[in-house]
Order: sequence, then C-alpha cells, then structure tokens
Amino acid sequence: MVFFFQNMINALQWGSFYALIALGYSMVYSILMLFNFAHGDIFMVGAYIGFGVSTGILALTAGGAIALPNWLILVLTILFSMVLTSFVGMLVERIGYRPLRDAPRASAAITGLMIGIILETGNLALLGARRVSFPSLIQTATYNFGGVYVTNKKIMIVVVSLVLMLALDQFIRRTKWGMAIRAMAFDYLAVPLMGVSINTIARMTFAIGSALAAVAGILFGTAYPVLDPYMGVLFGWKAFVAAILGGRGSIMGACLAGFLLGFIEIFVAMIFPSTLRDLIAYSIIMLILTFRPHGFFGEPYSARLRL
Amino acid sequence: MFLSIENLHVSYDGIRALHGIGFGMDRGEIVCIIGANGAGKSTTLRAISRLVKAEPGTRMTFMGRDLLTFSADRVVKELGISHVPEGRRLFGNLTVLENLKLAAFARKDREKIENDLLRVFSIFPRLKERMQQKAGTLSGGEQQMLAIGRAFMSGRRLMLLDEPSMGLAPLLMKTVFDALREINREGTTILLVEQNARMALQFATRGYVLENGLLVLQGSSRELFENPEVKKAYLGG
Repeated sequence: MVFFFQNMINALQWGSFYALIALGYSMVYSILMLFNFAHGDIFMVGAYIGFGVSTGILALTAGGAIALPNWLILVLTILFSMVLTSFVGMLVERIGYRPLRDAPRASAAITGLMIGIILETGNLALLGARRVSFPSLIQTATYNFGGVYVTNKKIMIVVVSLVLMLALDQFIRRTKWGMAIRAMAFDYLAVPLMGVSINTIARMTFAIGSALAAVAGILFGTAYPVLDPYMGVLFGWKAFVAAILGGRGSIMGACLAGFLLGFIEIFVAMIFPSTLRDLIAYSIIMLILTFRPHGFFGEPYSARLRL
Repeated sequence: MFLSIENLHVSYDGIRALHGIGFGMDRGEIVCIIGANGAGKSTTLRAISRLVKAEPGTRMTFMGRDLLTFSADRVVKELGISHVPEGRRLFGNLTVLENLKLAAFARKDREKIENDLLRVFSIFPRLKERMQQKAGTLSGGEQQMLAIGRAFMSGRRLMLLDEPSMGLAPLLMKTVFDALREINREGTTILLVEQNARMALQFATRGYVLENGLLVLQGSSRELFENPEVKKAYLGG
C-alpha cells in the first residue's frame, strides 16, 4: 500500500506535466480544428525562457542591489515566462497558422512540425549544444507520511498545475472571453457575425496554451534541472496522445487523460522493467483508443462539420 | 444613400454566383430579395456582411463608408450591420443568455446592453423563460427568435435576414414578422431574402427578384405581387 501511494505521488507529478501541455493542444484544436505540432517545442522554449528569466533575476540579486527570497524569484520566473512564452505562441500562430486558416489541415500539420524543428535548431544555434542546468531555487525537503516520501517540489508541481487547471476552467466558463472561445469551438464561422474577431480569439488561445506549457517547462526544470533543445519532442508527442485520449477539444478530457497517462506510465514501470515502460504504456493507450477512438469526452468524427 | 451596392460579383471556387448586381436602400426601409434556391440570395447577404469576398470592380458603401475595407467582425462592431445567417448558426453549446451576451461582445455601452437585453426579452418573452437553457435545445421557432434577438444585440443600423420564415409554423411566422416590424419601427433598416415570396412581399415595402445571380425585376411589393411573371414563378400562379 505504501508502495502504491509512493507511485501515486510520482504519477500525479508526471500527469501534471502531461496535462498542462495537453491543454494547449486541446484548446487550439477546439477552436481551429488543427493540432499545433510545435506545441511540445513551445514547452521546451518555455523551460528555456524560465531558465533565462531565473538566471537573470538571480544575477540581479547577486549584485546585492535587491534581495529577493528564492520562492519569490520562482514566482516571478513563472509569471514573466508565461508572458514571454505566450508571445512566442502568438508569433507561431501569426506566422505559421494564420496564413493557412483555409488550407487543408495537412498543410497546418506539416507547418507545425517544421516550426518545431525551427524552434529546436534555433535553440541549438542560439545556445549551443551544451545542456543547461535550471537554477535550483528551492531546496528539496522530503516529508514522510507513514512511509510515503513526498518532496516539497512534487507537492508544488501538483498544486500549481491543479490551480492553473481550475483557473482555466473558470476562465472558460465564466468570462466573456471564455464564452467566445466556447462559441468558436462550436461554430467557427458564426463568430465574426457577433462582432468578434476570429484572429483575436485564436491569438488568445495560443497565448494561453503557450503560457501553460511554459509553466510545465519551469516546473519540469525545478524537478529535473537539465534542459536540452529536444526535451519537448517526446513530451510533446505524449501530451498530444493525452489530448487525443481526452477527446479532441475537451479541456476536462485533456487534464484527466494527462493524469491517466502519468498513472499508466508509472504503474507499468512498477511492474515491468523500465525500458519497456513506454512500449507497454502506449500499447495500452492504443488499445483504449481502438475501443474509443474519439477519446473520453470527444465527439465522434462525423459529429462536427467544418464549414 | 444608406446602403449602396454596385456591380457586385462573387464567385465560389471560380464559379460565379453573382453577376454584378446593384441596388440601394434608404434608412428605415424594409426591402426584400426573393428568388429560388441557388439564385444567390444568401451570397448577396454574405457579401454585404463580408463573409465572402467580392470580386474586383464591386462597389459597396454603407453610410458613405467603403464596405470593402471592412472585415466581417468590424462590419458588425463598427458599422452596426447584423446578419441572421442561413440556418441561424446559433451557438448550441451556449445558453440563450450567453448567445445574447456574446452578440454584444464588442459593445462598450454597458447600460445600454442591459436595456437591449430587456428589450429582447420583452419582444420575445419565450426567450426569457428559456434564458438558462442551452440554445441547442430550443425549438425551431425559438431558435429563430434567438437568432433575431442576437442580431438585435449586435448591431441595429441594418439587419440582414436570411430566410426568417424558414421552418416556422404560420402562427410563429406571424410572431416573428410582427417582432421584426417593431424592431424596424424603432429605427432598424431591414434587408431580407426569402424563398417564401408571399410572406416577404407582405412584409417589405419593395423588393427585387434575383435569378441566377442577376437582379431581373424590381418594384414596390404591390407591383411585384401583381406582376404576372412573379405570380407564376414565385406565388404559385
């Protein structure tokens, strides 16, 4: 039982990463019916921006001019990086996807893959092939709950992720902008008839998704401080699987499937050798999708027409 | 002239839908365009609300401003032209109230929005009863009321109506057209396109007949009613 809970904690942590990234895939899909295949790399960019921002703040405080506690530096890092990464997301939308609004979906998918490669190699060109270490802003503290060891970082990761998911849910449900996103998810073409610009909503959705990916990147950096330009690739694909598993376009689905992915991976690794982890975990997911191709909360393929 | 359309050409994938039509409207008028399925009625409205591109050579002005320089959302937001589209296109996943509020999304005049909302509910009391219900669960008549209510909230200088009578029982049709007349009396100019020529000509003061992308006839509703060709083709003999 202790063993189970121990793994549960780890699963929640990994699930948080997947869920935060999957949200970006799902939100963009829901309004534009395209998958932003550069999204995993936005996660990577977010992690690097977080690295840049935190090292920057640390350098400023090291001069002694201002003294900030580490937790505040982390909070500032998260906030600044969310803003900066959201600009990257908006740029990707403007340059990569807007010109393809009426093009076949395959064109958008190919563009997304290329933007991903550009972000990865751009990072290589900018920072070189060396890996960078995310500054350790929090000292790891371990708590023992009846034999289950929980670190403060894991608690932080799960709590921050859940808070963001709830905040997003409330935003979508209660604000007028959220209402516009829901409307656009239902009928893309009727949105301008309400005096609402499709471009504005698209831009905002990319911004939100990218900001969430940035948080995932920073949280990942605090737990696993080594960053490399290709860190977003596998993460991106897994989160994409979570978005599909949750049901295309479903926010609730993306969160739940993100966590489910974490659970399946961790519990498979509990039973089988860890080299077989992804092989078995994703075979299970493929099996689930065979029986439920539209995921948990998605609509069957034919249910919606793009006019 | 309030609305002026000249030489309007529209094509879909290289196929001409409108072959250079032209007409004008004065403020406060109710004008209808009648025609068979596929004549280009919806396309005309979609061109005015900038949902489809007009081809070079087209001139469209609204209150002296060049419509061709406006995007679809700005036509609503800045010019006050609202469009009740073919098939109504309600947001079925949003409640009735949310649909109405979304229509006022771009407006800044907060107090007036509240008043307009109350006005919509007084014109269509049924919508008030259904306020918290998802728009997708409404009956056909209620959906049409909501579509008109939404247009009322979004822009009220000119209202473009695409087949408002579609799928409505006669009694409901009367309710809807009475409401539209009331909205018109309060200052909204109305351009409607209809397959139901009888209904349209009873409602509008004058009209045009659109055939295969060309305006072939025009006149007061009375004139069109009595025109033998219109009688034969659109009024069932």
